[in-house]
Amino acid sequence: MESQVFLNKVYAPSGDVVAREVAGEFIIVPIASGVGDMEDEIFSLNETGKSIWDKLSPAKSLKDVARELSVEFEGPLAKIEKDCVGLVQELLKRKIVIEKGKK
Amino acid sequence: MRRKTYVSTQVFGKAGLFRKLRPVLSSLDMELTERCNNNCIHCCINLPSHDALARKRELSTEAVKKILREAVSLGCLSVRFTGGEPLLRGDFQELYLFARKLGLRVLVFTNATLITPGLVALWCRVPPLGDIEVTVYGMKKSSYEAVTRVPGSYEAAWRGIHLLLKNKIHFVVKGAFLPQNKDEMGAFEAWAAANVPQLDGPPAYSLYFDLRCRRDDAAKNRLIKSLRPSPEEGLRVLVRQKDKYVKGMQAFCSKFMRPSGEKLFSCGAGCGGCVDAYGVFQPCMMLRHPDCVYDLKKGNLRDALEGFFPKLRETKAANPEFLRRCARCFLKGLCEQCPAKAWMEYGTLDTPVAYLCGAAHEQARFLGLIGKKEKAWTVNDWQGRIDAFVKKGR
Repeated sequence: MESQVFLNKVYAPSGDVVAREVAGEFIIVPIASGVGDMEDEIFSLNETGKSIWDKLSPAKSLKDVARELSVEFEGPLAKIEKDCVGLVQELLKRKIVIEKGKK
Repeated sequence: MRRKTYVSTQVFGKAGLFRKLRPVLSSLDMELTERCNNNCIHCCINLPSHDALARKRELSTEAVKKILREAVSLGCLSVRFTGGEPLLRGDFQELYLFARKLGLRVLVFTNATLITPGLVALWCRVPPLGDIEVTVYGMKKSSYEAVTRVPGSYEAAWRGIHLLLKNKIHFVVKGAFLPQNKDEMGAFEAWAAANVPQLDGPPAYSLYFDLRCRRDDAAKNRLIKSLRPSPEEGLRVLVRQKDKYVKGMQAFCSKFMRPSGEKLFSCGAGCGGCVDAYGVFQPCMMLRHPDCVYDLKKGNLRDALEGFFPKLRETKAANPEFLRRCARCFLKGLCEQCPAKAWMEYGTLDTPVAYLCGAAHEQARFLGLIGKKEKAWTVNDWQGRIDAFVKKGR
């Protein structure tokens, strides 16, 4: 089932993963069990995903993240918001990010 | 319309992660101790578990962590904790957790005797992302303990293995083909097939046992030599699944068989390496020749990987027998001859190891690559022989 993602919510990297940049590739390594589907998986993000990931913070809503990126890359806000929601949906279903304030 | 994806999934250890560059170091072996609570008849490294001097010389917890941190800064993705028996170290869990929190996959080589419910709980909570590798020395108490020479080790090992099974921890098993347990191969393989889902075929075996890699025990070396299978017996183990073996060898030969020439290092030694229990960085797990190792107390991993090891890898053989035989022999892929083996057998880097030569020739004869009395280094049209062998499988 697809995770519900809202622009006015805050999403931040889970403490159960470590993000690393290795030889030009951005990878996310699970630490605790339950991240991803298999026990030997790691994840890599494309360039769009990496740009969004870098902005995710417990202090910013997803809308704030999209706005910042729109200014930085001089891109259309609506498209960037769509990318933000798409990425967070993928990360949320794998428990790589968490929704802040959600029990 | 295809939906855009931002995240791709990779499996550790499979190719395809790096598209442009390669990390300076992709994996590292760390021998946490040379001590072991078993005293296996064939072991090339073990010291007694109570060896106070060895224990005192071992890297401290902080020193291991410093090396792990540097490894990660060089791009390392995977560390293997081995020994001796790595679980003998009182700080094993701390080091494991530290490595995982750095984003490393951790592989562990163990005899399973020291696996506890607490350790299994940690592995459940923070999975290693790779398999635990357990060596099984026998299916019966009598055979197991004839190998390990420690009363109670059989029960302890199987208790550990059952903890892994009960808690669904990923692990693989391997065997050691010894006179004491060779009659149990069938039972071992049947048990492994029924119980270890991570294995995708019969378990691997240690077969051609290495002599003491510190060249520290002549009596033990005599014992190890007496345990080695003959080339004919070794071949019988390798070809027990004949079709699979031949098919595998056809794929292997098409890629890796050729004379090595006068260069000593035609393997990956020195592209990664192994840090021994005392902080000495070796180009591989076995090569401890003093001219080939780098003391991390006087430098760092990067200097070794970018300066010392590349120079070492340029070393050329000087031994006339090596140049006459090994340098011209196309069985390089079948033969385990390498500087580490020459070091363990003779204390040099380039003396041909007669035992390994015999085993490689036995395999080559079976595969039809050479004639009954032929020596592979006398074959000029070696590429034609390989092509004909590979063609048979198509």
